[in-house]
Order: sequence, then C-alpha cells, then structure tokens
Amino acid sequence: MNFDDTPQEAAFRAEAKAWIAANAPKQYEDELKKSSLGRTALKGANILEVAKAWQKRKADAGWACLHWPKEYGGRGATPIERVIWQQEEGAFGKLSGMFIIGHGMCGPTMMAFAGEAEKKKYLPPLASGEKVWCQLFSEPAGGSDVAGLRTRAEKQGDNWIVNGQKIWTSGAHYSDYGILLTRTDPNVAKHKGLTMFFLDMKSPGVEIKPIKQANGQSDFNEVYFTDVKIPDSQRLGAVNDGWNVSLTTLMNERMSIGAGVATGFPELFEFCNSLMLEDGPAIEDRNVRSKLANWAVKASGLKYTSMRAISALSKGDRPGPENSIGKLVAGSMVQEVAMYALDLQGAAGALVGAEDAEATGKFQAMLLRAPGTRVEGGTDEIMRNIIAERVLGLPGDIRVDKDVPFNKIPTRGRG
Amino acid sequence: MNFDFSDEQKQMRDQARKFLAEKCPPKAVRAVLDGNAPYDKDLWKGLAEMGFLGVAIPEEFGGAGAGHLELCVIAEEMGRALAPVPFSSTVYLAAEAILLAGNAEQKKKWLPAIASGQAIGTLALFEGKGNPSPDAIKLAASGGSLNGVKKPVPDGAIADFAVVAARTGSTGRDSDVSLFLVDMKAGGVEARALTNLDPSRGQAELAFKNCKAEPLGASGEGWSVLAQMLDRAAVLMAFEQVGGADRALEMGRDYALDRIAFGRPIGSFQAVKHMLADMYVSATLARSNCYYGAWALSTNASELPEAAAAARISATQAFQHCAKNNIQVHGGMGFTWEFDCHLYYRRANATALGLGSLSYWEDALIDRMRKRNAA
Repeated sequence: MNFDDTPQEAAFRAEAKAWIAANAPKQYEDELKKSSLGRTALKGANILEVAKAWQKRKADAGWACLHWPKEYGGRGATPIERVIWQQEEGAFGKLSGMFIIGHGMCGPTMMAFAGEAEKKKYLPPLASGEKVWCQLFSEPAGGSDVAGLRTRAEKQGDNWIVNGQKIWTSGAHYSDYGILLTRTDPNVAKHKGLTMFFLDMKSPGVEIKPIKQANGQSDFNEVYFTDVKIPDSQRLGAVNDGWNVSLTTLMNERMSIGAGVATGFPELFEFCNSLMLEDGPAIEDRNVRSKLANWAVKASGLKYTSMRAISALSKGDRPGPENSIGKLVAGSMVQEVAMYALDLQGAAGALVGAEDAEATGKFQAMLLRAPGTRVEGGTDEIMRNIIAERVLGLPGDIRVDKDVPFNKIPTRGRG
Repeated sequence: MNFDFSDEQKQMRDQARKFLAEKCPPKAVRAVLDGNAPYDKDLWKGLAEMGFLGVAIPEEFGGAGAGHLELCVIAEEMGRALAPVPFSSTVYLAAEAILLAGNAEQKKKWLPAIASGQAIGTLALFEGKGNPSPDAIKLAASGGSLNGVKKPVPDGAIADFAVVAARTGSTGRDSDVSLFLVDMKAGGVEARALTNLDPSRGQAELAFKNCKAEPLGASGEGWSVLAQMLDRAAVLMAFEQVGGADRALEMGRDYALDRIAFGRPIGSFQAVKHMLADMYVSATLARSNCYYGAWALSTNASELPEAAAAARISATQAFQHCAKNNIQVHGGMGFTWEFDCHLYYRRANATALGLGSLSYWEDALIDRMRKRNAA
C-alpha cells in the first residue's frame, strides 16, 4: 500500500506538470478554483470558447483523452497516468465539463460499435474538442425507465426516419453530434425493440429547445425530431440490439472515475474556518465541528474509494457498479452542506448573487442546483437499486411490463 | 500508487478468515457472552500458534515482524468473527505502548510473552465517565506506587499486566501525566469484573492501593505517548469495526434473500433493498477511510492523527449503522436472543466507546484538519 509514483509515473508527472505550467490558461485559474456546483461561469469570457481552446491545445500536444488509443486522438495512457494528469491539471480540469459526455460515453460507444472508417473520421475531432457530442437517451416517458422511450425510427431504403422527442439532453445546444437511442420495433417487449444511432445535430428536422431549470439556468435541452433522416451506416450495433449498446455506454460512464464528484465540503470547511458566530468563531463551535467531521469523513471516504477503484483498474480489474456510490453520496451531501451553510448565515442566507449574498453566493447557487444532481445520470433511488441488485445480489424489481409488447404497456396511471 | 493490500496480505486475510470460521463460530462467542468463561482460552492459544498475536511485534522480541498492514488485515477478521478474546487490549494497546515507550528490558519481558499468548495486557486509562483527557487522570503516582481507581478497563479482570495512566504532577499541563507498567500478579491491585453492553469482551474496575509500578517511558511524557497510542489503536479498531460492519451487512443480505413475505423474498422490496444499499455505502466509505489509516499507520506518516480520526469516525458509524439495520431487516427474529444479530449490535455499540466516543474523535478530526490547513 503506497502513494508513491513509480519512476515511469514520476517521469510522466514531471512532463505533464511542465507542459501544463507552460500552456494552461492561467488567467482563469483563480476563477476556476473558486467555481463550485451551480456556478462555473467566467467573467468577461465565454467559458465554452475557453474550454474548446484548452482542449484543442491539449490534443495538439497529445494530452487529450489520455486513455484512448493514439489513432483515435488519444495517448494510449494507463489509468494511473490519467489520474496523475487529472491531479496535475487541477482547476483547469473544470474546463472539461462540456466534453465529459462525449469523451466518457459517446466516444467509447463509437469505439465499440462504429465501423473503422467512422472511428477514424469522428473520434479525433471529438477528442480535440473541435466537435462536441451529446447523448440522447432520456424522454418525457422514459427517465429512470429508459427502455420505455417512444422516439420511433423507421427504415426507409438505406435510411432511417426518426420522429419523437428527447429531454434532459446536456449540451445539445452546443453539440455537433449525438448518440441516439430509438424504438425500431414496438411489437416486442420494451428492451428488445431498441436501436442505437449517431447523428449530425444539424440534420434537418432536429429542433433544440433549452429547458429553464428550477435554478434559473439552462444546462439541458429538449430535442425534437421531425422526419429526421439518418443513414443506416450510422447505426451502432444490430437492429433491435440498442439496449445492449446502451449498456456499454452506461458502463463507460462508470469508467470515468477519478474525476471527483462535488461534495461541497472544501467550500464549507473554508467558510466555517473564517466565519464568526455570535459567541465566537464557527470552527470552535461544538455543533459546527460535529457536522463538519461527519461530512469530512464522507468526503475522504469518497476520495479513497475512488483511489481504490483506480488501483483495481490499473491491475486490469473492470470497475464495477460499486462506483455508483460516488454520485449517491455526493448528491445528497452537497444539498445538506448548502442548507447548513445557509443556516449558519441566518436571515442573510436567503440572499443570492455575488454582490449581496454571503461567501459570494456560492452556497445559494449550490442549494438551487443540488436537486438536479440527485436526479441526473440516475436518481438516488436508481443508484440504490443498482447497488442492491448488482453489488449485493438482491432480486430485481418485479417488472410487470417485462414480457408485454411495448405497444400494449399502459401509458396513464389513472384511466 | 497502489492503494490496496498486497497479495501476501490478502492471503493472510484468507488464512485468518478460515482459521476463525473454524475456531470462532458464533457458538464460541456465545459461550463467553453467556458467562461460561471470561474469554476463549483455546482460541487465544490458537491465535498465538498462528502467529497472529505477534504479527506486528519485531522478530527479536518473539513476533513475526510482519508489520501493521498485516495487523490491520487480522484485526478486520477478528471483528468479523466477533472474536471473544482480549486481542484489542493486548495487541492494539498494551503491545503498542511497550513498542512506543518501553525500555529494552520491558520489551524483552512483555513482547515475547504477548506474542506467545502467555501474557494478556491492557490499558487502564478511564476513571469513570468522559473521554480521554489529561485532566481526567486523577490516579496518583508517587514513589513508584499507585493509588486510585480505574474503570472501565477492557479485559482488566483477565490481564496479566496493565499500562496505567497516572498523575505525577500538578501544573495543569499535559506533562502531569506519566505511564506505568503494573504486573497484575504482584499485588496491590484488585480487579472486579463489570457487566457491560458486550459481555463477549470483558470490562473491569481496577482498584490500586499502594501498588508497585515501574515507569513506562519518561516521566511527564505519558500524555504524548497516550495520544499516539490512541491514534494507532483507533486505526486497528476501525478495521475490527469494518469487519463487523461487513458481516452484519452480509447477514442482512442473506436473510433478505431467504425470507419470504407477501409471496416474495423481502430483499425484492425497495424499502429493504435501499436500506441494505445504504449499509453497503457506509461500510465502503469506512473501508476506504480505514485503508488510508492503514497506510498512515504502517508508514508512520505525519498524516496519521487525521487519518486515524477519520477512520475511527467512519468505521464507528458504519458498524453501528449496519448492526442496527441488520436487526431491522431481520424483523422480530432479529430481536431474539437466539439470532446472532444482537451480538453485532452489542459489539458495534461497545467498540464505539472504548477508545473515546464519536464526539471526542469528531473534535479531534477538526482540530487536526485545522492544523494542517494552517500549516
């Protein structure tokens, strides 16, 4: 058990450190360091442009998508090298937010199911951030129950014609391509009639509408498809085998470990360290200390859980569903942390915004963004089901629609 | 980086698990719980023969000289099996105290005796209610003899020797505290067994009356040695707690798979599944904090005080959480004497207190984090 770099790892770290020192957009470092959940804007700069420029610069020097093969725009690096890179990249890593879905889910799915020509064509510009990808799975009628999706794809010659609606698509408004899960056979059970494609988001018939979230921001979109034509060559996997393809996508989501999930703890600890209460410094208050200690061990527990996963990965073990705990723990923790920070602020805790709120309003932004964290990418309840079923081996839920043809499944709860 | 135990250490874990499954079934734990014996003497002998008692004791003092990572692995298995033996008091506390502060003669006298299973040791620290604190140590030492009462003392009634924290000054500073070694057979100390939450591990009151004692470590250094001892023991005990938490989780999972109600295994109901998933989460967080503690302990890292506090808090919470919800999953059967659930519940709640309770370690963790932050 050790945290020491091997000589090769140390050499890799030195090289990464030197390159980052010479090339990172340092003018944004302070702002990026201070950004927290619900707030990642840069003053006086378009964060998307800054992010794309940084990604391109990394790609040109061979530092993009480190774990991908070189021929697809990566570096062929080891899992540990990837972690070392993340450690060295530090706050600049927050600029990768817009690429997470493309790099973490779309790219690996393409690698597993696209033809060689498509891989050579689409993956390098995805790695370099010149092209951004999104993932079109969720629908109004299929959130946690993804396989309940209704968007239809019908074969017409060498093309498929797509009609329907997706929702909660992160970054659709700035994406160039997307991977799309559709229903191709409604006469069979729901998991058996799905097919996966990738498509150009600028295709005629694709309409994107931003969703105004409960916190007032718009990170997600509704995407409407009206007679959108997709060539059969852009199909990923066999017809009606889309469910299995989507499992690859979702498994790769779990491979994106080590990036670290926001818990709000470092922000709260710093806040309490300088806060004065009526009867003295907050950090010396017994209740404050007890709360902090309980969150501290959750945050450190998550950190070392991800280190254990990385160690397993570097020995060739596949990361399993046990990594679901990160989002489950961090999601509700960040919400509780934000509520507690506001509680310590008293009546002034109700104020929002950098000007009037305490601690530049970061906890208020966190509070308002947190409910989404507990839902997106699998709700807390779905995460608990995954742990219970795939880690602990408990029985799956009784699925009353399992053997029912999709078009016979009831669609309304009360008549 | 390799944040995991080595293959050899994992082999040792398997070996310990196998040994304990055979020699320490719930029946053996119950024999001590029911008061048939103060501890399991055969198991204790067996642990010595396996080399587990001296796993972290250097070879020159009769141990295996393996190290603390190996001891962590054994500790986890002892917790899993609820081993009814004075392992924690003898190995985590007494042996560590002698390794930290003992002179050559003391090491030569006690360490081989511990490794061979001939000597049971303990730490006499507490004097009634409250958490570890130099101010709470009132037992007086003067002219090489001790006067006062210690309670509770883990395994105090069966100990062959005790490390005793005593007051040797009155300046109001930490340096008023010194440590002493007492041979329990030499007279001057009377032990009275106390009933406690977890009768599978004894607690006692020790009354010292002009009891002859030899200094352990330099006079006035007692508190600083104790602080290190508590951190080291906290990591080791945290492994026991994680072992217990894991076993309680497994028991709950197994019962949920077997028990049918409303025509289906109760483990197919989300209310039960989610409860078990949450138990898994707390056990996993605790295990990860423990691994970091193990690293800090085995390398004597400057991070040890912080890592130990985090491991202690996390493992205490996880064991309590898993033990209480294991009973909940079992329903009424979980509340019978016959089912083993209460053995884990008892152990979880007793181990939560022995080295200082949660509030003590929460306080300690924040102090240590502030110190690091300021540095």
